[in-house]
Amino acid sequence: MMESAIQNRDRFLDQIANRLGRERMIAHLERPKWKYRPQEEVLKNATQDELVDVLKEQCKKIHTSICITELKHLPAALNDVVSAYGGDPIITWKDERFSRWGLDSLLKVEWASYEWNPAKEEENIKLAEKANIGITICEITLAESGTVVLFTDKNKGRTVSFLPAAYIALIPKSSLVPRITQAAVKMREIYHTTGQVPSCINFITGPSNSADIELKLVVGVHGPVKAHYIVINDL
Amino acid sequence: MPMKIGSDEFKNRVDKGINDSFMRSAVASAQDGIGQRRQAAADELGNWEEWRSHGEEIRQHVLAHLDYYLEQLSENVAKRGGHVFFAQTKEEATEYIREIVQKKQAKKIVKSKSMVTEEIHLNAVLENEGCKVVETDLGEYILQVDDHEPPSHIIAPALHKNKEQVQEVFTKKLGYTKSSKPEELAWHARKMLREEYLSADIGMTGCNFAVAETGSICLVTNEGNADLVTALPKTLITVMGMERIVPTFEEMEVLVSLLTRSAVGQKLTSYITVFTGPRAVMEVDGPEDFHLVILDNGRSNILGGEFQSILQCIRCAACVNACPVYRHVGGHSYGSIYSGPIGAVLSPLLGGYDDYKELPYASTLCGACTEVCPVKIPLHQLLHKHREVMVEKEGKAPITEKLAMKAFGFGAASPALYKIGSKIAPTAMNPFTVGDKISSGPGPLKAWTEIREFPAPNKERFRDWFKNRAKEEHV
Repeated sequence: MMESAIQNRDRFLDQIANRLGRERMIAHLERPKWKYRPQEEVLKNATQDELVDVLKEQCKKIHTSICITELKHLPAALNDVVSAYGGDPIITWKDERFSRWGLDSLLKVEWASYEWNPAKEEENIKLAEKANIGITICEITLAESGTVVLFTDKNKGRTVSFLPAAYIALIPKSSLVPRITQAAVKMREIYHTTGQVPSCINFITGPSNSADIELKLVVGVHGPVKAHYIVINDL
Repeated sequence: MPMKIGSDEFKNRVDKGINDSFMRSAVASAQDGIGQRRQAAADELGNWEEWRSHGEEIRQHVLAHLDYYLEQLSENVAKRGGHVFFAQTKEEATEYIREIVQKKQAKKIVKSKSMVTEEIHLNAVLENEGCKVVETDLGEYILQVDDHEPPSHIIAPALHKNKEQVQEVFTKKLGYTKSSKPEELAWHARKMLREEYLSADIGMTGCNFAVAETGSICLVTNEGNADLVTALPKTLITVMGMERIVPTFEEMEVLVSLLTRSAVGQKLTSYITVFTGPRAVMEVDGPEDFHLVILDNGRSNILGGEFQSILQCIRCAACVNACPVYRHVGGHSYGSIYSGPIGAVLSPLLGGYDDYKELPYASTLCGACTEVCPVKIPLHQLLHKHREVMVEKEGKAPITEKLAMKAFGFGAASPALYKIGSKIAPTAMNPFTVGDKISSGPGPLKAWTEIREFPAPNKERFRDWFKNRAKEEHV
């Protein structure tokens, strides 16, 4: 049954075309020019500094703490947050930016910290599950909603941001955009330039939560219980 | 469970609902709380009507070109190494999934909340195969632990239960020993479910939006359960209703923005996951094997007909939260997993008039649902249309009733018209009113009043009365 990647398609789509009263559509369909574009108006013309202010304000609503730092103070800022969250064990992506941003002495010496390593396969997930804190770098940051956007690849496992008890996102200020609209445009650009999209793109907005019991908000359900954003001012 | 829940007659279900005082107060405070948050989120965004119009034009465009986008989606999923199965019936869908389960010799399946898998009765099929099926959404998990109770709300499935009831269920079934605090209950569920994610053979999800251009699937949650369901098990099966598709990421973001605001008043929920195919080479989390099941199950029969706009639905439940009838009878009264106005329109279409003939009448046609719908589905008009179809199909209705309905249809055709109509009605009807009845009405009412009396329009409109009453309830 699983020989072919696509099964039963023609009968299914013929029925749809038939109900719509026409032949199956074969010719390429251009993306429509929409009559309405309200999404482009949100935070239009905001400066990066204004976007940082919007992000800070939004963090209050999503149970997420935030601090702004210069790159040279990043190790101290990160150290403060890690201590506040109860310290190691820590898991991070394999990403040369950690080193470039001066975090080696913390990640490689000071803390019991594990760097994602595709060669170790399942071991990565076990260590992510045991870690107290997961740290990743954000590719796009959405000011309006307070969202960090993460792109998965072989060195950037999905579970680093989900399995540990706490999550810290490092945010270059230049990654801030008004809202998810700009992220969607960028994701399409990546697709059209490379012919690929990452196997997983995660939009994370604060810690995991649920209001399923009597609609009372509980922060920390399946994913992290706490979340902190560090905005790096000069990147 | 299948789309249909329980075998009680409509009247008995409603009786149960109306007499469940906890459920009714829970529903009322949920409606008020979520309703206010929805309104605040819409106001804060600004241009809300323009957003709704954009949502509507996207959904209408997709439905008009559905075969094209589904073909594009399936090509792109296959290109990324995924499998696509088009299922015209629920039996085809469950049989395909059952075969995967057998082939993988799966024993445990973790699921994130999905209405469409409820619709096709998937859990029962999998349990018949000897699998343990674990719902991971906290609300769904509570219901599952409590002997598979059906959901009563699209986005807050366990809304009808109080925390003491949850505590009792957990104590009895899960060896829980702590208090009825939601935090402690949720923490217990977290611990239990972590084990399940890590040991599951297959993950299963529904689909908020599929993206045709890239073959991606978008899932929206607050708990993060969909992320673990899609990241940990080796095999992932996603089931989507065939209409849940957008052309590109750019339309996806618009509908996600409308969905999260309309459903829970959030700008975005905590987790929005966009995955494309199975894991890439050298990646160690994410599924090795990905199957997308695209389901018709009666949807194509709605296409091209007078109910087509119901397929614009993005399952936000804003209509449920605005509905005065749902407020009083609760979700289980609808006898379908789809409750509220969306359920009253959709259930008869997917499940037939025999089982759901009362639902289109369980409505005041007040239009509150239509006003909040983020993709502008004319819900109350569709309810009215159901009544027309039933009357005409049954062929029993006197011509007088048809005329009266047509007249009402005109007056109720838009919330604005309805407002005006119901506001001027008491004055306009004065000359014909004796006590609180109209016995010889003018115009279209004449036909009606020839055979029966028509209640005189109330001086206080239902919508005003309802609004004021809601205020009084909370003083």
